[in-house]
Amino acid sequence: MSKIHVSTTVNGDTVEYLCDPRETLLDCLRDRLNLTGAKEGCGTGDCGACSVTVDGRLVCSCLMLGAEAEGGQIETVEGMADGEELHPLQKKFIEYAALQCGVCTPGVLVAAKALLEKNPDPTEEETRYWLAGNLCRCTGYDKIIRAVMDTAAEMREAS
Amino acid sequence: MVEVNLWSGLRSLTGGRQVVEVEASDTGELLRELVRAYPALQGPIDAGVSVAVDGRIIAGSLNEPIRPDSEVYLMQRLRGG
Amino acid sequence: MALDDRKSDFKFVGTRPDRPDGLDKVTGRAKFGADAHAPGMLHGAILRSPHAHARIVKIDTSKAEALKDVKAVITRADFSDKVPFKPGLEGEFWNVLENVMAGEKALYDGHAVAAVAATSALAARDALKQIEVEYEVLPHVTDVDKAMAPDAPVIREGAADYSVPEGMHPNVVRYHESGHGDVEAGFAEADLVIEDSFVTEATHQGYIEPHACLASLGNDGKGELWCCTQGHWIVQKTCAALLGMETSNLRVTASEIGGGFGGKTTVFIEPVALALSRKANRPVKVVMNRSEVFRATGPTSSASMDVKIGMKKDGTITAAEGIFRLQGGAFPGAPGDMTAMCGFAPYNLTNVRQVGYDVMANRPKQAAYRAPGAPMGAFAVESVIDELCNKLGLDPIDVRLKNAAYEGTKASYGPRYGRIGLVETLEAAKAHPHYAAPLKPGQGRGIACGFWFNHGGETSVSLALSEDGSAQLMVGTPDIGGSRASMALMAAEVLGIPYENIRVTVADTATLGYNDVSHGSRVTYASGLATIKAARNAVEKLCERAAAKWGIPVDAVKWEDGCAVPSGPNAGDFDPMPLADITTNMGSTGGPISGHFEATPEGAGVSFGTHIVDAEVDPETGKTAVTRYTVIQDAGKAIHPAYVEGQYQGGAVQGIGWALNEEYIYGEDGRLQNSIFLDYRIPVASDLPMIDTVIVEVPNPGHPFGVRGVGETGIVPPLAAIANAVSNAAGVRMRQLPMSPPRILAALKDNG
Repeated sequence: MSKIHVSTTVNGDTVEYLCDPRETLLDCLRDRLNLTGAKEGCGTGDCGACSVTVDGRLVCSCLMLGAEAEGGQIETVEGMADGEELHPLQKKFIEYAALQCGVCTPGVLVAAKALLEKNPDPTEEETRYWLAGNLCRCTGYDKIIRAVMDTAAEMREAS
Repeated sequence: MVEVNLWSGLRSLTGGRQVVEVEASDTGELLRELVRAYPALQGPIDAGVSVAVDGRIIAGSLNEPIRPDSEVYLMQRLRGG
Repeated sequence: MALDDRKSDFKFVGTRPDRPDGLDKVTGRAKFGADAHAPGMLHGAILRSPHAHARIVKIDTSKAEALKDVKAVITRADFSDKVPFKPGLEGEFWNVLENVMAGEKALYDGHAVAAVAATSALAARDALKQIEVEYEVLPHVTDVDKAMAPDAPVIREGAADYSVPEGMHPNVVRYHESGHGDVEAGFAEADLVIEDSFVTEATHQGYIEPHACLASLGNDGKGELWCCTQGHWIVQKTCAALLGMETSNLRVTASEIGGGFGGKTTVFIEPVALALSRKANRPVKVVMNRSEVFRATGPTSSASMDVKIGMKKDGTITAAEGIFRLQGGAFPGAPGDMTAMCGFAPYNLTNVRQVGYDVMANRPKQAAYRAPGAPMGAFAVESVIDELCNKLGLDPIDVRLKNAAYEGTKASYGPRYGRIGLVETLEAAKAHPHYAAPLKPGQGRGIACGFWFNHGGETSVSLALSEDGSAQLMVGTPDIGGSRASMALMAAEVLGIPYENIRVTVADTATLGYNDVSHGSRVTYASGLATIKAARNAVEKLCERAAAKWGIPVDAVKWEDGCAVPSGPNAGDFDPMPLADITTNMGSTGGPISGHFEATPEGAGVSFGTHIVDAEVDPETGKTAVTRYTVIQDAGKAIHPAYVEGQYQGGAVQGIGWALNEEYIYGEDGRLQNSIFLDYRIPVASDLPMIDTVIVEVPNPGHPFGVRGVGETGIVPPLAAIANAVSNAAGVRMRQLPMSPPRILAALKDNG
């Protein structure tokens, strides 16, 4: 089967790849661009480990085809820090021990960042429902929720 | 002699006895002597056993010392997740 | 946060520094199983049986082999034929081989029957469709009670070991019976005896990272394997046996691991990838999809249980008896013995008898899942205790305190306990504000205790000092929940150098001695003990160098706050010599300084916990909400309290899933009906409250700093605690898990 040429932007960099029409955006990020931060936990959009944003919208990259990324603006966990400076969520997750094995963490961070961009002052319930699409099997979510809420508070103070 | 308490499922292999006595100064010798006195115990011992000595559970080591007055229990080999 | 106000003799232990691998894990840099690539790499895929039980008549791989993109196709014939079949767990290598690639029969829906390696993942998947397998479908059984019935199809003759009494169905492969006293006499003394039956379904460990590996096995017989595993030495040993290799010729490197919970303590795809690589003579990567994880990797056992307990009016338990039947898939190994030994372990009982069965059925081979066997037994036992408390009008914590095991109690499984902390967890529960908080209408509260053995296991650790005074610590237990941080804290405590100056690496099988798996809650206990002793070994050498420099005997030197100092006024008057001053020229004062530990620590120390749960049941829909949850557990000594809390919280939430939602659902055809996360629903953030924790510290005398393992005990009480809360909320006793909305509605309806 002939491959499709895709030109897109990932974390601000222009990139190109050739993909099979059946390959997902997640496959392309991981296998074509070597950006393995997004993980495949289910392949069916249920676990959120592959979360990225496309044109500012939070998506499961396992549910989008690589060919659909043409001309898009994609942000992944690899682009979350500003150079040396970690995003406040990244710092707070380490400080709060909000990760154990860490495999869901990239997706949770991308999703939490999207939440705070949309709603800088979420309630605990809003945070829990927003992150309901990101499965974590290690932490019981307690420290994740606390880390996101506390980051939100700090970011509000800083702004 | 050391008194060894077996689990009750082993009674059928020791002529109905749940407490047996063997001469042993460590866990390895204990298992060897148990098999010598009761050859049918080879099966469970091969399948894996732990030995509790005075309340301390020895999962698999054969060189843990045993005193004649130690409280000794043979246990199923423990497994973890 | 329960420990912040406590005094401590430790400088580092008990603090909460950032974990050493934190940056890698929040930036996407950490390399997990599926994140590896190799030059010339092929992609593997595995063909799986659609039948629950079928004879494999013929496999025709010729069409797949003829495809241009396909570089190798394998079946069982490509594995070692030297692995012997033996009964029970004695033949575990054979069981594993049979599980990773079917022999004469497919034994469950999802059982591997063939595999291909091709130039892309898509090409490999396409090629599977070209493999033709002729099956003769056989009658199957998936339910534990049905599998024990006289007319059940026999899964494999000769699998039962010595322990099974005569006359049992061949699917019963192991039998355990233990206890003490006279239960019949005990029941006769009771004022109230309750006997009930309980059922729990199989649940999956549910780690978010599917199994993944990258294998390279050349025609020189030397292999490299990268995989996500809880223990790479067991992977090395098992794969070498299954492929007929020398163990040392296979180097296994553990990737970062995306959760395991017991499910990654064995192999599934690793031997398959190696066999493909050997045949294709190229590296092969195999990554499971989620459906394969559910269908073909270890769920926990399902269980059917009868528990009978007698109690006096004052709450004294006079006798307890339990029959625990565990189904563990098409292989021996269901931990019925552990269920039996753990069920009554929290209590000081005069008369107790417990029986455990290991039963085979046409399901995937069960794998360990966090305190394997204990949660289901606790569900049955703690439910009956709750019923007795309700009927006799007694407080559930008081009754448990009255019967609680303590130091010197003869355990239900035999020996006497050493220093244990059950009473302390119950007292903390009673004093906790949660226990006194009022309940709203429609809510119920549940209490339950839980026990787990904990484990030591073979352990090797090396610690190498650098000239600048920093240290490299090599451990062999994959870091599944922040263990690098606790190892570094313990090493810092002994060496007296900053936590940040210690680099912890999970070494591969070629660079460190044998290590048992990260299981049995053993890592902080055993690798921690090994780290402390390796660091002390290095400190001895540091003291020797200082003694030589000062010209005094080595026993006149001691180690304090990271410096060699004279041990007393008579030893001489020397300024403290910091570690870095010794290491800076260590090459010319005797050579590199390292510390080592290689042994099998045997003092793990058992552990207990008590959970308090509030639940609210919606009578219209049958949906349950957990509204408040408190975990109280003995950690012995919390090295990094944040990660101890994390273990408590994670265990509790896995228990919530098991109690309320999760189950393997099989159709009449023996096929798994819910093999994706949409249908197998694990708890999500919006299902849950915060999970409060209380860390009780009753030091374990078997560890230099008092550590008891904490990973597993936390999943033991939740099933029972939640069932008790739901039963008290709904006014009807729930004896079957999961307590899904339809099941609760049916129970409410039956209750009128």
